[in-house]
Amino acid sequence: MRFGKAGRVVTAVAALGVSALALSACTGDIAANEDVDCTEYEEYGTFDGAEVTIGGTILDLEADRLVESWSDFAQCTGINIEYQGSSEFEAQIAVLAEGGNAPDIGIVPQPGLLARLAEGGWLIPASAEVEANVDEWWSEDWKQYGTYDGTFYAAPLMASIKGYVWYSPTQFEENGWEIPQTLDELTALTEEIAATGEKPWCVGLESGDATGWPATDWIEDWVLRLHGPEVYDQWVTHEIPFNDPRIVEAFDAVGAYLKNEDYVNGGIGDVSTLVTEAFQTAGLPILDGECSLHHQASFYETFWNAEGGDEVVVASDGDVFGFLTPPATAGDPLSVTGGGEFPVAFRDAEEVETVRAFLSSDTWANNRVSLGGVISANTGVDPENASSELLVQSIEILQDPETTFRFDGSDLMPGAVGADSFWRGVVAWVTGQSTQETVDAIESSWPAS
Amino acid sequence: MTTADLLGKILQVVMGLAVFAAIVGLLVFFIDRAPKKGRDYWQLVGFLAPAIILLAIGLIWPAIRTTGLAFLDNSGNFSWDNFIWMFTQPAAIRTLINTVVWVLLVPTLATALGLAYAVFIDKSRGERYYKALVFMPMAISFVGAGIIWRFVYEYRAGEREQIGLLNAIVTGLGGEPVQWLQTDPLNTFLLIVVMIWIQTGFAMVVLSAAIKGIPAEQIEAAQLDGTNPWQRFTNVTIPGIRGSLVVVLTTISIATLKVFDIVRTMTAGNFNTSVVANEMYTQAFRASEVGRGSALAVILFLLVLPIVIYNVNVLRKQREIR
Repeated sequence: MRFGKAGRVVTAVAALGVSALALSACTGDIAANEDVDCTEYEEYGTFDGAEVTIGGTILDLEADRLVESWSDFAQCTGINIEYQGSSEFEAQIAVLAEGGNAPDIGIVPQPGLLARLAEGGWLIPASAEVEANVDEWWSEDWKQYGTYDGTFYAAPLMASIKGYVWYSPTQFEENGWEIPQTLDELTALTEEIAATGEKPWCVGLESGDATGWPATDWIEDWVLRLHGPEVYDQWVTHEIPFNDPRIVEAFDAVGAYLKNEDYVNGGIGDVSTLVTEAFQTAGLPILDGECSLHHQASFYETFWNAEGGDEVVVASDGDVFGFLTPPATAGDPLSVTGGGEFPVAFRDAEEVETVRAFLSSDTWANNRVSLGGVISANTGVDPENASSELLVQSIEILQDPETTFRFDGSDLMPGAVGADSFWRGVVAWVTGQSTQETVDAIESSWPAS
Repeated sequence: MTTADLLGKILQVVMGLAVFAAIVGLLVFFIDRAPKKGRDYWQLVGFLAPAIILLAIGLIWPAIRTTGLAFLDNSGNFSWDNFIWMFTQPAAIRTLINTVVWVLLVPTLATALGLAYAVFIDKSRGERYYKALVFMPMAISFVGAGIIWRFVYEYRAGEREQIGLLNAIVTGLGGEPVQWLQTDPLNTFLLIVVMIWIQTGFAMVVLSAAIKGIPAEQIEAAQLDGTNPWQRFTNVTIPGIRGSLVVVLTTISIATLKVFDIVRTMTAGNFNTSVVANEMYTQAFRASEVGRGSALAVILFLLVLPIVIYNVNVLRKQREIR
């Protein structure tokens, strides 16, 4: 095609117009919905044309639910909230922050990452409203995870409890097995099941470039139960070295399960298959009766019905259910490890803080929990709003003041350990490396400062 | 984003481009009007300056900054720790060794295979189709290739159905399935196979073109002298395509030193398969150890440098001959 000088200009303008039309069709201005009851959101005021961008690792269905949880709020206050999820968010957020391109709010899933961002000077401290909400609705432990160097940066968002042992209630009843009340009883149960010739545990550590993390959850659970919260805290803050004899003891206690050819890997293969089995599918042999026990966090509930639907009933009288990894001795107070997210702010603006205040409120927590699949440590959450028996129980555990809660240890350690050498260390360890060699290697990777 | 916002942004971009065009236009105008005395000099500066400025912003300054970061610890103090870490930690040393293995194997094997293939299909019927067959992997991204090959090596334990091609063959022949990607050091070589698979096509195309560039008279003369095909290959073809061989070898070497996507998608550096570029990313972004990542980047830079210098030298010599 050949155009004259004028022709070229005309084509360019036409192309611009067409693309503008096409783009505007996609962006579409939000249509007002008249059915929303705005009384709950009046206290947040109204904004004209304000926009808040949020970034995080939450994807797919979970992301849809997240967006739904604040849609009424956004409409009533007039704040347009844009959520962008990415699985690379954790790796990129520091780079984005340094370049001044971070979203207004970043949902970081690790206190360690929050500390690093705060240290870089990129975070905006939480406003008084957010802090007031946290003081009212969360325990002191949780507030501490959003604090760095004495400054409070972010309220917790959602939560999960780690250290559930998933099992089949029917199978337990048929065989007359009891839910263990101590770690020794757990060992006894494992031996009993192994005596029938079945491999009791099924374990999967494969998780792409995060391969190994499910095993770190085991270690953290055993450190907390065997040696208590003080040693746990000293361990994650490096007051005691990673190769401390007490940590070695926890490794060996876990190794007694994970590295035992008779105990793993039911329905999947031998010990070497621990690192090739995806964590998402590792528990499923329980449904076929090929294994009986699977150690995984509360969020594993979603994986039982991998195809969607509700064919597998997750209930104490259903197909599968979970009990918490028991304490070391009977009657010890409940100690649990878990995780959560923190919405940190990168832009100092009223609308950003308003969104954060809303996210830290009991209104939001109840909204989100009602949509299903997650829990929150917000004490204002009505446990009955949770979508399942297990999540109701999890919320009650989190809200119980007697519960000793500790954040997932690898998320608190520096990235070089918690997101690298610890993961790789346990992978090498389950594939044959000795405990001492493993903890020594992880200790030597701990950054100097 | 509303339509008005969007139109505003498009307008901004158009304005920006217009300003850029105006500046360049003005620059060219003034260079043209430069005083007669030293006009060549002014023109040289005028045309080189934009490229040099962009190079300085995009390449030279980041290189300097990365080198600086490599000598800082997490709290910003000068230290040799990052380099000490690199040469004392077993995992880091393994990374360096793996990279050396990659650089030794991939360029030589890919070039040898590409050359052999180019020679064998030269002037054969359907040459185009044979070429397309081997060149095809070049069109696939490294990530795509990594995912494809991860399926080939996929492992399912014991009685379960094998979905990986290689293990399906092994079990089909009555063998036990093998954990290809988890078995060290076999896994590194299996990853290298993927890179060779991709790069052979590139070597083949360039070398095939070079072979066709050898004057037919030379081959005929050699034939009349009574040489056998192997002698013609070593004494006529190889010297005739030396320049292309160097370019192919060095290009693949550099690509191999930088290999990241394949390792990251297939094993993520687990099971002792990590290489420098992958480790650089892991340390800098996942482990938040920017200093260690920068130190690895500096090492990578030092490794690539001699290859680039050699490449430039050979090309310059060739130009002088012509």
